[in-house]
Amino acid sequence: MKISPSKIISLLFFIFSGFYLYTAHQIQVFTFDENAAFNAKTFPIYLGYAGLIFSALYLILPETRHSNVDLKVLDYKKTITLVVLMVLYGLTILRVGYFLSTSIFLVLSYIVLGERKWLWIFLLSFPFVAIFMYLLHGLLNIYLRDPFLQFIGVMG
Amino acid sequence: MIEGILIGLETALSLKNLMMVMIGCFAGTIIGMLPGLGPMTAIALMIPITYGFEPSTGLILMAGVYYGAVFGGSTSSILINAPGIPGTVATSFDGYPMAQQGKAGKALAIAAYSSFAGGTIAAIFLLIAAPSLSKVSLAFRSPDYFGLMILGLTAVSAFSAKGHFLKAMMMVVLGLMLASVGQDTLSDIPRFTFQNMNLSDGISFVLVVMATFAMSEALTIIFKANDPTRVAKQISLSQLGSIKLDKEETKKMVTSIPRSSVLGFIIGVLPGAGSTIASFLAYGMERNFVNDEEKQKFGKGSVNGLAAPETANNAACSGSFVPLLTLGIPGSGTTAVMLGALLGFGIQPGPRLYQTNPEIFWSVIMSMYIGMVILLILNLPLIPYIARVLATPRTFLIPLILFFSVTGIYLMSFNNFDIYMMIGIAVIATILRLYDFPMPPLILAFVLGGLMEENLRRSLLISDGSWTFLWDRPLTIIIMLVIILIVIWQIIKSFSQKTR
Repeated sequence: MKISPSKIISLLFFIFSGFYLYTAHQIQVFTFDENAAFNAKTFPIYLGYAGLIFSALYLILPETRHSNVDLKVLDYKKTITLVVLMVLYGLTILRVGYFLSTSIFLVLSYIVLGERKWLWIFLLSFPFVAIFMYLLHGLLNIYLRDPFLQFIGVMG
Repeated sequence: MIEGILIGLETALSLKNLMMVMIGCFAGTIIGMLPGLGPMTAIALMIPITYGFEPSTGLILMAGVYYGAVFGGSTSSILINAPGIPGTVATSFDGYPMAQQGKAGKALAIAAYSSFAGGTIAAIFLLIAAPSLSKVSLAFRSPDYFGLMILGLTAVSAFSAKGHFLKAMMMVVLGLMLASVGQDTLSDIPRFTFQNMNLSDGISFVLVVMATFAMSEALTIIFKANDPTRVAKQISLSQLGSIKLDKEETKKMVTSIPRSSVLGFIIGVLPGAGSTIASFLAYGMERNFVNDEEKQKFGKGSVNGLAAPETANNAACSGSFVPLLTLGIPGSGTTAVMLGALLGFGIQPGPRLYQTNPEIFWSVIMSMYIGMVILLILNLPLIPYIARVLATPRTFLIPLILFFSVTGIYLMSFNNFDIYMMIGIAVIATILRLYDFPMPPLILAFVLGGLMEENLRRSLLISDGSWTFLWDRPLTIIIMLVIILIVIWQIIKSFSQKTR
């Protein structure tokens, strides 16, 4: 028997709702609130049950419309590389600083996606980020932590 | 009242205030276009600048920024499927498909005309009916609000899911679950935080909307890059098309505008309802009004489907000023920021504002209309330039969308936990979208989660834990009946699809 991916997702959502409901029951409320008509865990408990009901209905009832996805044509390599680049970007943004991490993220993303116009790759990374930073930091007074620019003395 | 209007007109038409409306509209459009920076951020950024101004001038500037940012949000919804604010999520349902079909210019023009018309009609309503409409908003009680929110969520699930009602309802529940993360608003008890400090304030709206719309859209484009049907869509994405509307398109837009304006304004007047519910309900209502042929086009680039939410969200923006100015209750998050600004000027909004500060009350109302005119004059000629973002090759556009999304979150929290969470949600959203689990119901549920819980709390406490509040009042009964009808209609539709 072949189970459709949508049903598998619903099954995962059913398990997630069960976990959510269990966690909702574990929420510590004040003693005087324990038997109140409404406390901090009332709404989450209803949500947990709603999640269980809707996902169970989807699992039980026959599918009226199938989602046809051809898994062979999907580009896993580029997508996963982009996700990894974003994670690395998140990892370096505070340590290296906004300017360098953003510029490098942009350069690598352009290259991963197949761009080879080097002048545009440069213009739409380092100078672009510098202008954007000036708008945020210089004009709108939004503080951007940047140890790299502080180290080379560009930023105070 | 006439005297008040004249005072307001005189104040709003002074050179200084006209300049402020212009600057506000322009700045708002630019800020609103950037994913992650919506009207709330734009107005918040203006607050320190306006403290040196007279109250009316400061408020006029902020009203201009508000309208500009809403229009800017629509632009990013249409061009890159990245709604900067919840009120423009419904705009992307048909605006983005139109852009994909090479009609980005037309989509932006429809958005500009509809926003103008919706805002104008609502400004006239506001002028005439502001005092009496505040009484209507007082008639709504917590059970009605709770019912209204369920109605909004059910309607969105029914209309945006294209035959996947149960999938949409699961997304609604997921959205509400995400909204429940963080400290309980009343008791401050942490919920679903797993002792992580980063979760104690909850998950930000911008994070969820960026992850489920902008980021997951960008990832989906790359993921499906080799899909032959998808490639065709991407090629047409680079075409701007004309901004001129033909006779049929104009006719469709003209029929949609009046009803969406009225609905948008009424919903906007209700405190807490705001432009998001207005735009979603207008979208759903419009779908019921059009013929079967047009109905099929909804979600694929319908003129009515774009004009209705655009008209309604701008009308609701004007409507949301009614509870703010007459009751001192903000109708939306943005007007809540404006309430803070008003209090900063030493003005307490409320029924006495007419008497104590008539020039402020009426000049804000008059400047709204002037703002609409300026927005249209400014933005229509700029559409070809704004839409040029579409000509950007995918290899540049995708990383830039990802960069704006990450920056939007980083600027809000300055920590990398939020960035990781956004990436995680975006990856899950990409997989869910692949199998037709719709994202709009999740977003609306996320936005309404807090309000829904608040109204359910009040309703249950008033009725001593009994659910009879759902049929205690005629207004609640009507709302609940409409919800039941929508659910029954969906069940019948599913069965008819199966037997076909």
